[in-house]
Amino acid sequence: MNFKLKDIVPQLITVTAVVLVFGFFTYNAQINMENRGIDFGYGFLSQESSFDVQFSLIEYDGSHSYFRAYLVGLLNTILVSVIGIIIATILGVIVGVARLSPNYLINKFAAFYVEFFRNIPLLLQIFFWYFAALRALPLPQDAEAIFGVFFLTIKGLYVPAFIWQNFSVFFYSIVAAIIAIIVIRIHAKRVQENQGKQIPVFLISIGLIFILPLLSFLIGGVGISFEVPVLKQLATTSFIYEGGVSLPPELIALTLSLSLYTATFIAECVRAGIQGVGKGQKEAAASIGLTPNQVLKLVIMPQALRIIIPPTTNQYLNLTKNSSLAAAIAYPDLVLVFAGTALMQTGKAIEIVSITMFTYLTLSISISLLMNWYNKKIAIQEK
Amino acid sequence: MFKYLKQLTSLVAMVAVLFTFTTESMAAKKSKTLKNTQKKGFVRCGVSQGLPGFSNADAAGNWTGIDVDVCRAVAAAVLGDANKVKFTPLSAKERFTALTSGEIDILSRNTTWTLSRDADIGLTFVGVNFYDGQGFMVRKSSGITSTSQFKDGISACTNIGTTTELNMRDFFNSKGIKYEPVAFEKADEVVAAYDAGRCDTYTTDKSGLAAQRTKMSNPDEHIVLPETVSKEPLGPVVRQGDSVWEDIVRWSLNTMIEAEEYGITSANADMMKTSDNPAIKRLVGAEGELGAAFGLDNDWSLRIIKQVGNYGESYKRNIADTGILPDRGPNELWTKGGILYVPPAR
Repeated sequence: MNFKLKDIVPQLITVTAVVLVFGFFTYNAQINMENRGIDFGYGFLSQESSFDVQFSLIEYDGSHSYFRAYLVGLLNTILVSVIGIIIATILGVIVGVARLSPNYLINKFAAFYVEFFRNIPLLLQIFFWYFAALRALPLPQDAEAIFGVFFLTIKGLYVPAFIWQNFSVFFYSIVAAIIAIIVIRIHAKRVQENQGKQIPVFLISIGLIFILPLLSFLIGGVGISFEVPVLKQLATTSFIYEGGVSLPPELIALTLSLSLYTATFIAECVRAGIQGVGKGQKEAAASIGLTPNQVLKLVIMPQALRIIIPPTTNQYLNLTKNSSLAAAIAYPDLVLVFAGTALMQTGKAIEIVSITMFTYLTLSISISLLMNWYNKKIAIQEK
Repeated sequence: MFKYLKQLTSLVAMVAVLFTFTTESMAAKKSKTLKNTQKKGFVRCGVSQGLPGFSNADAAGNWTGIDVDVCRAVAAAVLGDANKVKFTPLSAKERFTALTSGEIDILSRNTTWTLSRDADIGLTFVGVNFYDGQGFMVRKSSGITSTSQFKDGISACTNIGTTTELNMRDFFNSKGIKYEPVAFEKADEVVAAYDAGRCDTYTTDKSGLAAQRTKMSNPDEHIVLPETVSKEPLGPVVRQGDSVWEDIVRWSLNTMIEAEEYGITSANADMMKTSDNPAIKRLVGAEGELGAAFGLDNDWSLRIIKQVGNYGESYKRNIADTGILPDRGPNELWTKGGILYVPPAR
């Protein structure tokens, strides 16, 4: 027996305490709900929801089930999180690098941006972008067309819709291009390891991703046309645009505020990462004859990424969780649709809140696992 | 002399304790909520986060409104003082959970009485203190004067977690109109978004529209359309399972309405004790033993009328004089062409 009593006892006590506390609360909740005549159960998920949602990625209206409403909310949360993460990352990297720029103006501007946006509470920023934008944007009938086809109005951004012919051919051409790129990359690595020759993978990849879809247009019978939004009058002073795709201002304001806020933190992660790589590394790499591009790509970035990834993961998680502030400005995310309207209409507070919590937990853990996998991949491979 | 004072006080205290024990009736024993309320010394009341005329706090934190008056009436009946109320402002989303979890004992927050709410979620509606219906507000400049002019693509701002969201769907579906629902968590944001031009129409209960209109940057630019698209009987709610407490709240409200019917006001209530009409005498506690059924003394209803006033006084003070809805419409007494009708207090 390797176990010692003094090692086991504290752990046993902790586990017992945790189980007891949870048991106590569950028991209490059960008794209270019984006393008040509230049933517990998830059967309501299949009932008709009978409320509509403003913006949905899947087909939905009030005749669908509460479960479908849950999916609508979940997809909207994922949508705003994914767009937010992409924009925040791009902006964060640019600002992070800019903060290290020797150019005084760029440097100070980046520093000002970071300090300004990360020190104002996010909810205020969301309100600012939403209500300020609402006040500043023109009514649909006053909107000036951008490039003749985009309309940015108080009721949303209207963009032309693509109308595809033979879309599946186009889709397969992109899939084929991606597969070809992966194959070439693996091949290039093998060639370099065996023969020391370098194949210009990047250029070939770019070529493939353009040429294959282009071929699908020329010989695959793929066609594309645009449906431009057209102004439609509803009443004397009330207009909307019809046709095309409309992005609600709630989505735009939320994405904008989440990205601008989170980008400041990512910028700091990037700056820390780059500054964390020793000066000697760069000089040593240069001294063995690597070009400046190679120095950045092969020496600096792999080391900087190791420092950047873990704290950036936190920021991705924060952004996803912060997206629940959407409820304040009517963006129909998981919290507004499911933990808001659905909760109210069914009264199933414990069930719905538990599902919502579990969903956010799953989302966060998925992002975490993905980033941890990437982090492990770029970590130092000790041989 | 002072030696005995201390003993005397303790004797008085003992007698007082004994007295409370003996006077605690069966009803009070049965009602946990009543007992807890009397022990705490205040009524815990859930109200809105600010709806002029119904429940609204001024800068000093004083709550007024007809929903507030229901809670004050209960406090006057149960504790003898209409000011012994602790108000908890709640969003539409939080309100039922706050009640069922025991955070508040009365929910008096312009809440629509519906079958599913009454039956499903551990609530009991005790009556109606305002007959309302859902309506639509539009900008005057839009030229819209009736809901029949609504067209496909109209955007409608509203609150989440209300019957409004469901009625809106029923209404637009029945007319075959495609619409864009924009639902906010708090009423203030709905008003701000509609006011900014985000939506073509703002929909909620008509009383709510009238009240919120006063908050717009320029109230005269907006009109409430004449159509009423739903029935919204608003009233106080209590937790299921405490029938004595339920009765106290129900009859506190009924007392206010019946007092108006018999012309008893806060000013003349005391004089009405000598009235010839037995119904009036019962309401001011000069005849019968009505309070005993709830475990209250016989002056409970007199205190409601004296401290809070009758329904008409409450309506005038909160809704008519503030310019929200000067015309009582269906909320007039049944004797005067309205539909306010309560069972007799006897």
